[in-house]
Amino acid sequence: MSRAPGVPARVAPPSQLLAARVRAAWLLLAACALIVASFWSLDLQWRALFSQDSAHAMARFVAEFFPPDASPPFVRKVARATLETAAMSALGTLLAMLFGLLLALPAARTHARALWRVPTRLLLNALRAVPELVWASLMLIAAGLGPMAGTLALALHTTGVLGRLFAEAIENAPPGPACALRAQGARPAQVLLYATLPQVAPQLLSYSLYRWENNIRAASILGVVGAGGLGQLLAFHLGLFQMARTATVLLAMLVLVLAVDGASYWARRAMTS
Amino acid sequence: MRAGTAPASAEPLAARDPAWSGRLAWLLVSLLLLWPLLEFTEFRPWQLFDSRSLRVTAHFLAGFFPPDAQADFLKTVARETWRTVAIATAGAALALVLAAPMALVATAALSVSSLAGRMAAGPLALRQAARALMVAMRTVPELVWALVFVRVVGLGPTAGVLAIALTYGGMLGKVFAEILESCDPHPTRTLLANGSGRLQAFFYGLLPQAAPELTSYAIYRWECAIRSSVVLGFVGAGGLGQQMDSSLKMLAGNEVATMLLVFIGLVALADAISERLRRWLR
Repeated sequence: MSRAPGVPARVAPPSQLLAARVRAAWLLLAACALIVASFWSLDLQWRALFSQDSAHAMARFVAEFFPPDASPPFVRKVARATLETAAMSALGTLLAMLFGLLLALPAARTHARALWRVPTRLLLNALRAVPELVWASLMLIAAGLGPMAGTLALALHTTGVLGRLFAEAIENAPPGPACALRAQGARPAQVLLYATLPQVAPQLLSYSLYRWENNIRAASILGVVGAGGLGQLLAFHLGLFQMARTATVLLAMLVLVLAVDGASYWARRAMTS
Repeated sequence: MRAGTAPASAEPLAARDPAWSGRLAWLLVSLLLLWPLLEFTEFRPWQLFDSRSLRVTAHFLAGFFPPDAQADFLKTVARETWRTVAIATAGAALALVLAAPMALVATAALSVSSLAGRMAAGPLALRQAARALMVAMRTVPELVWALVFVRVVGLGPTAGVLAIALTYGGMLGKVFAEILESCDPHPTRTLLANGSGRLQAFFYGLLPQAAPELTSYAIYRWECAIRSSVVLGFVGAGGLGQQMDSSLKMLAGNEVATMLLVFIGLVALADAISERLRRWLR
């Protein structure tokens, strides 16, 4: 077959292609080994799951969800828990913005010496590595059952996330205005307030809004360990096998998540167009 | 000096900061909004510092040092850590098995009828149904799936694996479909127009373009699955989380400290492996 003029003889040199394929093969092999080892070492009860008995149990279980409990007092209780969830996420995010900014300043290269930077970064990483739910069950010991434990848990985890993002934003701010102010003899606090912060403020705000969106979702399940909000109602009624009430709480949870998704999609569309 | 504070000189406030009234209004509005938030969340930080709560917390925290390092406890932690990784891996693998066919069904890039203009009604309905199924799978948080499965199959890793498989199946399927649709459609359309099947068009048109991105997203999700498999343990789905939950309930600070350290190490390790692999793929 003759090749049309101008078409290169081959797309990639064979050695490169071969290397890529060998890499892919190693990756696949490692993944398969890990997956096989996982399934082999866990005593998964497939038989229980796919047996006749469990099919019946599952069907009964699902049937008990209907109809959801729609009595006005209970709906009012769920609405209050939904508001509580939203409030937990909002306050947790606000606290995290505050503490995230306070920790981001020593963590960023622009405003601090290495002496402070390393320990603050370690602290931020540790805050971030522990999930909200684990923080919540730790906070229960200090704050007792209720939404305050959940709020503090959200604040702690989000401080780690936002602190790191804020530090990166501050480091990446264009240095011009800060240099100009320093050359005029401004003090470090003035440089921060009048040069760095105004430059990065929109970015900090958009990171915070994004985390708030995440936190609403997280707040709705935190209550499962007793930290308030919809999750606490869910765990309570599921524990008592009150399936109709559980179904109402689940519905409220889904509506909340879908509403947040829709609002954020709509806001993004409105901002980009 | 801060914008909005009273000026020391004689010139009026408005001349120094033209936006002062707006700033003041926003400040007042946000304070007004903050109050119901504090009310709803029962946020009373001073409670943290009353003597009884302080005594319990101090006792618990004092137990953190030194972390429990007895040989048989470490052996338990190692076993539970492996179970956590195994639950995450098995869940992510099942999620992949669920996600791949749904992504293929949902992606508009493999539509034959849309070659001639608009997609026909039947295929459109099928694609929307697949998308709706994926939305339903991922909207229910994995913790709720786990709570439900614990009721059906009992305590243990099966509930965790199923919860991760369903939630992550929905997420992977959605993102896979989006990745496939963001590919250059020209090779696929040419193949389909010349009579190849949809699977052939996928393997020879879409997959060569999308493979690195698909793999890297799957690896990233595996990393997230490790984090959530710890959390799932708290509702009884096995692994490190379950162990941590029981130690917390017994206020055994030294065991909690060990497991927190192991957990932070595990997350850091998964993070490093996943980033290394993803850079390697690029």
